[in-house]
Amino acid sequence: MADTTHLEAHATGHDSAASHDHHTPTGWRRYVYSTNHKDIGVMYLWFAVIAGIVGGLLSGFMRMELQEPGIQIFHGLAAMVYGINGDAAVDAGKHMYNVFTTAHALIMIFFMVMPATVGGFGNYFAPLMIGAPDTAFPRINNIAFWLLPPAFILLLMSFFFAGPDGANMNGTGGGWTIYPPLSTTGQPGPAMDFAILALHVAGISSILGAINLITTIFNMRAPGMTIHKMPLFVWSILVTAFLLLLALPVLAGGITMLLTDRNFGTAFFKSDQGGDPVLFQHLFWFFGHPEVYIMILPGFGIVSHIISTFSRKPVFGYLAMAYAMVAIGFVGFVVWAHHMYTTGLSLDVQRYFVAATMVIAVPTGVKIFSWIATMWGGSITFKTPMLWAIGFIFLFTVGGVTGVVLANAGADRVLHDTYYVVAHFHYVLSLGAVFSIFAGWYYWFPKMFGYMYKETLGKIHFWSMFIGVNLVFFPQHFLGLAGMPRRYIDYPDAFGMWNRVSSIGYYITFLSMLVFFYATWEAFRAKRPAGDSPWGDGATTLEWTLSSPPPFHQFSTLPKIDSTNVH
Amino acid sequence: MAAIEVNHDYHMVEPSPWPFVGSVGTLIMAMGGVFWMHHWTPWVFLAGLAIVLYTFFAWWSDVIKESTTTKAHTPVVQMHHRYGMMLFIASEVMFFVGWFWAYFDGFFRHSDVEQYARVAATGASWPPTGVELFDPFHLPLFNTLILLTSGTTVTWAHHALLAGDRKGLRWGLVLTIALGLLFSFVQFTEYREAAFSFAGNMYGATFFMATGFHGFHVIIGTIFLIVCLIRAERGQFTPEKHLGFEFAAWYWHFVDVVWLFLFASIYVWGSWGVAVGHGG
Repeated sequence: MADTTHLEAHATGHDSAASHDHHTPTGWRRYVYSTNHKDIGVMYLWFAVIAGIVGGLLSGFMRMELQEPGIQIFHGLAAMVYGINGDAAVDAGKHMYNVFTTAHALIMIFFMVMPATVGGFGNYFAPLMIGAPDTAFPRINNIAFWLLPPAFILLLMSFFFAGPDGANMNGTGGGWTIYPPLSTTGQPGPAMDFAILALHVAGISSILGAINLITTIFNMRAPGMTIHKMPLFVWSILVTAFLLLLALPVLAGGITMLLTDRNFGTAFFKSDQGGDPVLFQHLFWFFGHPEVYIMILPGFGIVSHIISTFSRKPVFGYLAMAYAMVAIGFVGFVVWAHHMYTTGLSLDVQRYFVAATMVIAVPTGVKIFSWIATMWGGSITFKTPMLWAIGFIFLFTVGGVTGVVLANAGADRVLHDTYYVVAHFHYVLSLGAVFSIFAGWYYWFPKMFGYMYKETLGKIHFWSMFIGVNLVFFPQHFLGLAGMPRRYIDYPDAFGMWNRVSSIGYYITFLSMLVFFYATWEAFRAKRPAGDSPWGDGATTLEWTLSSPPPFHQFSTLPKIDSTNVH
Repeated sequence: MAAIEVNHDYHMVEPSPWPFVGSVGTLIMAMGGVFWMHHWTPWVFLAGLAIVLYTFFAWWSDVIKESTTTKAHTPVVQMHHRYGMMLFIASEVMFFVGWFWAYFDGFFRHSDVEQYARVAATGASWPPTGVELFDPFHLPLFNTLILLTSGTTVTWAHHALLAGDRKGLRWGLVLTIALGLLFSFVQFTEYREAAFSFAGNMYGATFFMATGFHGFHVIIGTIFLIVCLIRAERGQFTPEKHLGFEFAAWYWHFVDVVWLFLFASIYVWGSWGVAVGHGG
């Protein structure tokens, strides 16, 4: 970005707050009362790390349980928690397994991926990339973050209250999709109400965050940054924010109906009173399908910049890349019932949803091939962020291809609710979205914290996790094709081998996470100064024109964009 | 350290306690909501609600001060606010989409053969067997006229404000607020005379929740207008700058449009060719 005006790039991080006489807030008030998009972004990221640890440990218990046929550990856990033995412990353990499965999904989606991508990177970098001093609504930004810990607390509280009827049945075990009647008459205790309200609060947080980000992106671009010069990450956040804004209120309506069905006698989902349990699935997936694009679109944006930076080439097909995301976002709203092929939809409806779902492969293909074309003929350096980005492309493509398989209503008759589905969505999310988060973490770590991580550690983290997660999830394709259903604590002996492999993969992933924590700690301890633009000429977006970390308030004089080469 | 010269018109908002306080209030309210729904105590919920309401008051008081005292609301910041309000209303529209979806699920799919228990419950008809509907052209039509009229009075107030006519602004707002209160009263009357119940049947659930959430929004809109009346009396609106009033008017029109859809689809279309009660 040679054409930006000179900025206060080398100011320290302690400049006073713009025109006001006040000092930069310090101590706990700096964060609790924050109106600074970078501080809020960093809080989002650390929150995602903490939630990720909790969610990751929960899945560890699940993999230990599934390592061998039979009940391995959950009866023991139940015995420890409730002080019971024998069959009672086994029954309580089965429910506890469901609770862990449910919580793992909800935590990873609402409290890890979304806070990291939209809240963390979106908040921190969208304003920097468009040359804005902050977001449009700094206070709304802060409440969007601060509503998340309460939502997380509500979800964690649900562990300690009764779920289904009966003794020793604490927690919500209805799956993250909380379908009635399992989530209504099936679990009448307070645990489900806590989980529902956790979703309500997390949803309010996301809607407020979306309003803030959309307004910022529409109205705070630096002079000369037309919408068609906007970096692709900003595009991705813009589309994601629209999906959040329009999808979450429908979920809010659906789960409000759950609450009133549970507590106030309404009959939305009660067949015997004229209601319709499938209605909930429609409302849920009208939110739920855009939700999966909410989780992956920011990753698309992050990966675009990394591929371009480390190939030292502009992104191939910039406009097509931008509008591919718009198309994915738009079509993402009209494919929801492909999650419901087995609910008795008419054949015509199924045909429509098959066709519409297949359409998404087109803009997604545009993205995959454009990333490859960006690398083509580039002078590529395989720094850690680049490894994660290439890993993302590879694994997301695997998940995308199994998605095309599942889009077929006919094939889905066999594969619905099997481990094939589990493998599919973990390839796009825990190997796709999470890889893009790590890619962004290593790419922007020097910018956010001013220190350089150790390249060797980053690479060990990447390769160990790449091996680990593939070992976890690739065998699950085989298990699913062989007919193993998801969400059960036990399985026939025939599924033993691939489950064992899958569990070994978890342990490798666990070790790779230790490498990640060590690498992060090491970077903060060693304090190797990163410099303003550690990635060289390939990094062309505005954040690299600032100091690392950027000043408390950047762009007090707005940069002027007159180059065409900003993306 | 010397302050950096600021060469832009954005509003760099000072640190504020209200987002955090509001979040804590929300947590207490949600926990209290569960306690209340499980018949333990309403007081935790009400304490949380009080904190949340106080947060609204304090936060928006700060915003008004920033507008009137600090003069922080430059043209670009005003444009932020317009975007913000439009997007908020867009999310509200999607919230109502959920409730209409539930209603039309009953309307169109009450006789799906796959769901035999449901067909038995509805008698394969909509409204379900035994549900006596309101006459749409009685109180519901009256309420439609009330809201449509209130849309014109709020526009009158707006034009008066633009023309610097303080008296017209005041009376336009007073009339709009009165019509809003009248709507709520008529809806309350209608609810009391309903021949079907909120609990135990799909029709009552969809009817009361859809019209109920709308009614709740009417009350919010009325409060919004009352705040505008107070602010107008304090001289906080000028013909050039009166975003608070504009947003109240936008919100009021949004509530109005939602009602028209409710009236057309639930009251009129829903009772088409069906014997109806007198409706109060």
